[in-house]
Amino acid sequence: MPRPVQYNINHKPLETSIASGEAPDGYAGEGFFATKLGDVVGLARKNSIWPLPFATSCCGIEFMALMGSHYDLARFGSERVSFSPRQCDLLMVMGTIAKKMAPIVKQVYLQMAEPRWVLAMGACASSGGIFDTYSVLQGIDQIIPVDVYVPGCPPRPEAVLDGFMKVQDLVGKESLRRRNSERYQDLMKSYGIQ
Amino acid sequence: MPLSNEIIKEKLTEKFGEDISDWTEPYGLLTFSADKELNLKVLQFLYDDETLKFKFLTDLCAVHYPERKGGELAVVYHLHNLVDNIRIRFKVFTGIDSPDVFSASALYSAANWMERETYDFYGVNFVGHPNLKRILNVDDMEYFPMRKEFPLEDQTRLDKDDDMFGRN
Repeated sequence: MPRPVQYNINHKPLETSIASGEAPDGYAGEGFFATKLGDVVGLARKNSIWPLPFATSCCGIEFMALMGSHYDLARFGSERVSFSPRQCDLLMVMGTIAKKMAPIVKQVYLQMAEPRWVLAMGACASSGGIFDTYSVLQGIDQIIPVDVYVPGCPPRPEAVLDGFMKVQDLVGKESLRRRNSERYQDLMKSYGIQ
Repeated sequence: MPLSNEIIKEKLTEKFGEDISDWTEPYGLLTFSADKELNLKVLQFLYDDETLKFKFLTDLCAVHYPERKGGELAVVYHLHNLVDNIRIRFKVFTGIDSPDVFSASALYSAANWMERETYDFYGVNFVGHPNLKRILNVDDMEYFPMRKEFPLEDQTRLDKDDDMFGRN
């Protein structure tokens, strides 16, 4: 006898409207809406992040699932995965970075235009993971600043989506002057950049 | 008569006498060692001899024996006679303070990269090697990681749980 086919018959009502995102704080009237320029720029940026996948090992396979139709990173405005660092906003480092690979990661980061963000996916990119050895970089934050760390070995696509939404949060709320601030310049200098 | 371990041993003893020692045959693999000054002479003899014909260098590596004072580093050559399909293993020992061993890269081209790898991980200085620099590790690495005075773990990290990495 063939295995019976099961269908998901439990009805799940919509919790919130998926039609639109939240509008920023502002003053609305008949036919106009006034808000801060920074909020509008943030809204535009956070919903059109172009990721640059830097995949070196198994986390990269998980990323492929993330880009596939089931988890679909494109829903978050990241349809366009670019392989040119100059066009990208978000560097996603996925997998073990050997010490020999470190200068390449740094060069890719340097080739990206400001504003740029970095997401470290998985234990290896975040801390070296199980590879506590002479040949492996113990976390990419030793060479470039990292905005969001996604734990896991490898993380499930949901975890990466969560991390990506954290990045979106950071991008949306970032002040337009942050990259010119002294604190940011000092951070860059501490990595020997500029 | 096909080539056998006995014939190889006989030939080498005839040529080098007492200079070759530590004859063993673990799992049938003839193993012997010689003074490090003699390594090229022995290899050249094994290569040139009409009956021995060890013309293929299978592997070249090093081993670190910290308790062996004066001969801490062993350089091991694995040779293969492709005609008679016989393999042998040849070791030379060198002190870790002056790890100078003559390079076999002129005799076996395959030794070029193998010696670079051995230098990379154990710091054996192959005298006469055309391009002795690191091959696998980063160029600015300041130590030879496979020597036993260096633990495998990265010692610069403080934020990892020692229990999880078997350090306690």
